[in-house]
Amino acid sequence: METNYQRYDRQLILKNFGEVAQKKLASARVLVIGAGGLGCPCLLYLGAAGVGTIGIADDDVIQLNNLQRQILYETADVGKPKCETSAARLKKTNPDIRIIEHPARIDTGNALGIIDSYDVVVDGTDNFQTRYLVNDACVLLGKPYVYGAVSGYEGQAGVFNFPAHPSAVNYRDLFPEPPKPGEVADCSEGGVLGVLPGIIGTMQAAEVIKIITGIGEVLTGKILSYSFLTNTFYEASISPSQKSHSSMPKKKAAFLTTDYPAICGLTATDVKEIDIDTLIKLYGNEGTALIDVREYGELPEVTSLVHQKIPMSGLEKKLSDISADDVVFICQHGIRSLHAGELLLQAAPAKRVYSLKGGLVKWLQELEQLMQHEIIST
Amino acid sequence: MKIELLAFGKIAEIVGGKQDWQDAPDTNTLQKALEKKYPDLKELHYRIAVNKSIVDGNTPFPENAVVALMPPFSGG
Repeated sequence: METNYQRYDRQLILKNFGEVAQKKLASARVLVIGAGGLGCPCLLYLGAAGVGTIGIADDDVIQLNNLQRQILYETADVGKPKCETSAARLKKTNPDIRIIEHPARIDTGNALGIIDSYDVVVDGTDNFQTRYLVNDACVLLGKPYVYGAVSGYEGQAGVFNFPAHPSAVNYRDLFPEPPKPGEVADCSEGGVLGVLPGIIGTMQAAEVIKIITGIGEVLTGKILSYSFLTNTFYEASISPSQKSHSSMPKKKAAFLTTDYPAICGLTATDVKEIDIDTLIKLYGNEGTALIDVREYGELPEVTSLVHQKIPMSGLEKKLSDISADDVVFICQHGIRSLHAGELLLQAAPAKRVYSLKGGLVKWLQELEQLMQHEIIST
Repeated sequence: MKIELLAFGKIAEIVGGKQDWQDAPDTNTLQKALEKKYPDLKELHYRIAVNKSIVDGNTPFPENAVVALMPPFSGG
């Protein structure tokens, strides 16, 4: 494609950048997983800079409480899918680029197929199970993995598996095994200022541009930690570790059968993960409590079922208020609800505790239809 | 033997910010002393960096080493 000299003038005249680097950007394919606090600024800068093909993978819908940090979205977008909305917004910023939408949650079934057609992968996810899954997939496929994450007022960034080589450092060389559920607060529990993922996501975009164009030094083989409160950066180098090697799947077949929720401690033996039909059956039993553990303002709202709302951030203090013997927890993706179930079982081991597998994002449409049918048939 | 201790994320909430630490010749001794003073630390995953390198196994500290405790983050 012909370079758009006007659009990219300011980077074309930049020393050591110019048309050579611009053409490399134009022919590059970058996948951004998660169009949230990190993904939004990263996508905006990559699109504006002229990365030729950008993949966006996200299965979530936009919530009002996303808007203080997820700057691709407007108030009128609340309730719309993130993937489609961010793609439309990028197209407006730069019609010269190609956007590929992957409106799915990345899992072992789709990860290798999606990631394989890209040159660079950006991790903008918000949970450990997807982070470990994406890291392992990138190692198997030989793709650079641009990591970024935030917690409270601090952020981390780094580039793993680059240059792609069996001895290249990957995320598991830093943390071979995921922490236990609840050990590290995410943004929905611990809070975050929008500007922090803005800074880290922008740093991820910068690393992508360096990887593609070959200018400067890529943040590889190290982890960079940034403190918003003290304006300090701290960098530490990482060496390949034997533990990392032994903890990750070495072949695609092993990857496909790895249970990432389980290695993140999310498959509790005693919390039963159920589908929507089982949920409806349980719901019909008197004495079953249905509890939504999402934070206030999270969408979509559940309107067709009578339920309690106990956000995860305050759940531990309210466990003793749950009097029902049968308890079904629900949340967005079935991750927090599983953790909620574990917490309740620790406090009250005699209860029968369930979690809606896949969460409301997976089942809401079916649920509304089922309830409609129920109302009509009774 | 004096070192400067840095902590990040949840670890910093438990042990506090930048501080000097006495009588810790190596990472094992430091970890034991920290976990005795802050038992909550035992439950957490973190890596130790000595003078800006993540270390594996017990590692002696050079004089005036800067030692950082780094936990994983997941937010995005």
